[in-house]
Amino acid sequence: MGSKLIIILVIIFGVLAIAQLVRVNELTAKATKRKEEEIPESENKFNANMMLAFMISLYAGFIWLMLKYGHVGLGPAASVHGQEIDWLFNLNWIIVIAVFFLTNSLLFIFAWKYSRKPGVKAYYYAHDNKLEMVWTVIPAAVLSVIIILGLRTWNETTARAGAEYEDIEIFAYQFAWTARYSGMNNELGKFDYKLTTAENPYAIMTKANIDRSLSLMKVGEPGQSGIKMIEDKLNDRSIMLSSKERKALEVDLGRKERMSRMLSAMSITYADSLDEFANDDVILEDSLVLLKGQKYNLSFRSKDVIHSAYFPQFRMQMNTVPGMLTYFKFQPIYTTDEMKRMMDNSEFEYALLCNKICGGSHYRMKMSVKVLGPKEYLEWQKTKSTYDGTPWIEGDESKLLEHYESIANRIEEN
Amino acid sequence: MAAAAQEAIHEHDHHEESFVSKYIFSYDHKMIGKQFLLAAIFMGVVGMMLSVFFRIQLAWPGESSDLLNMFLGDRWAPEGILNQDMYLGLVTIHGTIMVFFVLTGGLSGTFSNVLIPLQIGARDMASGFINMMSFWLFCISSIIMLASLFVESGPAMSGWTVYPPLSALPQAVSGSGLGMTLWLISLTIFIASSLIGSLNYIATIVNLRTKGLKMTRMPLTIWAFLITAIVGVLSFPVLLSAALLLFMDRVMGTSFFLSDIIVGGEMLDNVGGSPILYQHLFWFLGHPEVYIVLLPALGISSEVISTNSRKPIFGYRAMIGSLLAIGFLSFIVWAHHMFVSGMDPFLGSVFVFTTLLIAIPSAVKVFNYLTTLWKGSIVFTPAMLFAIGLVSTFISGGVTGIILADSALDIQVHDTYFVVAHFHVVMGLSAIFGMFAGVYHWFPKMYGKMMNNRLGYAHFWTTIVSGYGVFLPMHFVGLGGTPRRYYDNSIFDTFNPSAGEMVLDLNIIITVFAIIGAFGQVFFFFNFFYSIFRGPKAPLNPWRSNTLEWTTPTILPGHGNWPGALPEVHRWPYDYSKPGAEEDFIPQTVPLQPGEEEH
Ligand code: HEM
Ligand SMILES: [Cu+2]
Ligand SMILES: [Cu+2]
Repeated sequence: MGSKLIIILVIIFGVLAIAQLVRVNELTAKATKRKEEEIPESENKFNANMMLAFMISLYAGFIWLMLKYGHVGLGPAASVHGQEIDWLFNLNWIIVIAVFFLTNSLLFIFAWKYSRKPGVKAYYYAHDNKLEMVWTVIPAAVLSVIIILGLRTWNETTARAGAEYEDIEIFAYQFAWTARYSGMNNELGKFDYKLTTAENPYAIMTKANIDRSLSLMKVGEPGQSGIKMIEDKLNDRSIMLSSKERKALEVDLGRKERMSRMLSAMSITYADSLDEFANDDVILEDSLVLLKGQKYNLSFRSKDVIHSAYFPQFRMQMNTVPGMLTYFKFQPIYTTDEMKRMMDNSEFEYALLCNKICGGSHYRMKMSVKVLGPKEYLEWQKTKSTYDGTPWIEGDESKLLEHYESIANRIEEN
Repeated sequence: MAAAAQEAIHEHDHHEESFVSKYIFSYDHKMIGKQFLLAAIFMGVVGMMLSVFFRIQLAWPGESSDLLNMFLGDRWAPEGILNQDMYLGLVTIHGTIMVFFVLTGGLSGTFSNVLIPLQIGARDMASGFINMMSFWLFCISSIIMLASLFVESGPAMSGWTVYPPLSALPQAVSGSGLGMTLWLISLTIFIASSLIGSLNYIATIVNLRTKGLKMTRMPLTIWAFLITAIVGVLSFPVLLSAALLLFMDRVMGTSFFLSDIIVGGEMLDNVGGSPILYQHLFWFLGHPEVYIVLLPALGISSEVISTNSRKPIFGYRAMIGSLLAIGFLSFIVWAHHMFVSGMDPFLGSVFVFTTLLIAIPSAVKVFNYLTTLWKGSIVFTPAMLFAIGLVSTFISGGVTGIILADSALDIQVHDTYFVVAHFHVVMGLSAIFGMFAGVYHWFPKMYGKMMNNRLGYAHFWTTIVSGYGVFLPMHFVGLGGTPRRYYDNSIFDTFNPSAGEMVLDLNIIITVFAIIGAFGQVFFFFNFFYSIFRGPKAPLNPWRSNTLEWTTPTILPGHGNWPGALPEVHRWPYDYSKPGAEEDFIPQTVPLQPGEEEH
């Protein structure tokens, strides 16, 4: 209440103050025969000087921001392509800042310097083809360099992943993330959104899941009406249905019939041997854990709307689009602990944030990400089990560790 | 002056006198221009208030504010704390209002209308009736957009770009219900308004130029309006088709943009659609749209800078050439908004190339402005101040475009506050500055009165200081990896609290400047309305300018613009300080002297 009153008072007084000023101004204008269309020398001088003053404060503000907040808390790029991007970013940033200072300086200094002076006439200068050529060609040349360097990095970053990349699928939905590792065979199980049920939230495709979905669709169960239940309801003369209810049921029925036809087709064409790809996948809901130095090929899919998987520290971002798979490959180079040390920040973590507006809780849609060294990674893997409930790690652990260490060492060597 | 002609005008005036036909359903381009201006100012105030509301949330997240409760009520700001869905609603409607209703309607609508007939020496627009329709459609669509703010389930909440599936599914966010339907209806009407308006501008410029006004003697304002209108006519229909397809997906069960979706526990049977298709359609308009907003502002500033430097605009033909180049290139860069949408990376490379090309004509324009100022005799009218401000923000915002256009770098900053800062500086500030420059410069022509200069200076300096104060720090929020359209940034606490603190510090600075900037506009509102009623009477040609509009009487007759015969044009409009001339300006109506070269 108090602040409301203050706001209203401030506005009223503000307007009154301006009105007073204008009144005074008007009276003096009348007394001195001042005309608005003729800007007096003193005012012109004032604005000219303000141009310089403004330029200086703009630069001071910018430099202060650069020093205090340049690259706020992002820290070094933690992936191979990220370092490439940072290098390029710095180069472009230098060009951008140079152009910013140069052209703004010319603007404000000209404005100040060439303000009207009594007796000095402007210089009639309508065009100069040579000059105009210069400032067409120079930007074109600089931009060519930017384009060439930029596209080189872009092509490397977006090139297809080779066989040595480990596949992980990131699944996005309002308002969380799930990761699915491809397991020891490095092959992700198939999926189809029509297989989504309460027990199969990620729509993983296996024989059992298809059968289960089909039966749910055809028969239904308490709380989820299948085709049969709807038909019974529509045909049961003892139930009174308004025409609106009847219509809604019919629409639902039509839709379920279409879905069940598609599921039946899926069930017929599905090869049972595909189950093994899904069965050794590992699903993680709480965090994404990565091995330092491993090359990853992430694939993204979405359950509902578009999200964007944004990993600021890896300089990585890709939208997740319903009905479509998207990809990003990368190679993390620092463990979480190394980053903590480098940034001198014990609370640091990697994060996966949502960066595409996706609904009310968009701002909370996050998954925590960890990068571990070989030993810790193996220890962690041993605590996880696969889709069909068997342990993730089978066979000779020491060999695996050796393999992981060679991967991590590749980074140290570079 | 031919008595008969005056007689005719008089008679013409007589049946125009009723209040309704003069002020409301007017066919007169000057009145329609003023109607657009007033409507845009009103929408601007609304848009600005919405932004102050969500800026309060960003600077002081979760703190109770009476102001929010007062305006948004218990439904959307219970106990003075902004609802997280409504945060998105405010952001969405703010963006929509500013881009379409203020900067498109306000700039093109106002200045194309007021200036085209006056600067080309025509009695009115090609069709007065269509012109009137254009305004009233604009008005209806504004009202519908504002009404959507009061819908129970909230206004559209999927950002001004309204990407499906979010915008198609009421189950995904409440604003995608009735609010979104109203948004689509409003925008459809807006597009109709814009299209018929643009066709009218084109027809007028092409057909109704007065004797002697060759294309190469047209003021740059007219060139800018012409190219803007052509760009609009070619791009808005594509948005219309996107809106219609989205409408059909929402109400008729089609699957243009939807596929494989489970939302709110419900499995949809839409398959085969592509959300990316919508983005292509949207940005095919969306990018040209940013130039639809900017080009008229550039035209206005060319005129104002030349007049007030008392020098010809430097490189007149290059200025036209760059307008044409920008207009053309703006159609082949749209997918730079989609580098990380999942689009084929090779396609991305093509758009990197075309996008960076557009920086070349932009650079040419900047250097030509600078050379126009060089060795000028600059008079700092309020219009001139804003025009110089425009050049500065066009530079400062344009340079960051170079980073965004580099797809490899865009991976990192796409959809962060860095982008928000970029387009607010280069489009928001520049276009608004152009609009203010236009108002201050042509106010004497529109209302026959002078505005107060000193209030104008105060307005300019508070606006540019707060404009940069808001958007310069915002670049650093973005460089810190802060996603846009977040209700608050508390998420940083879970992985990098010190970065979170810095972002919050910056957000407070930004919000304080935003509030100062909002109050700074009071200088303008007051000056504007006060001067309409009580300002000193304007002389015939207050800025000693060359263009034709200053050859009409101060208080313009209703229809017809010139009481006598139409003026005849003998030269280009930029003969300022021409050697050999007595005055430092030679109006376009003055014949070339024997032996005088044109330019
Ligand atoms: C040097 C010239 C420019 C270049 C190279 C450029 C480049 C870009 C790029 C690549 C983006 C997409 C960034 C992203 O979403 O990640 C972008 C965004 C944007 N630009 Fe520019 N730009 C330039 C000038 C302009 C101008 C002159 C305007 C307006 C008049 C403008 C308005 C916008 C807007 C409105 C957006 C953001 C739309 C949104 O996501 O909501 N840009 N710019
Ligand atoms: Cu999101
Ligand atoms: Cu664009």
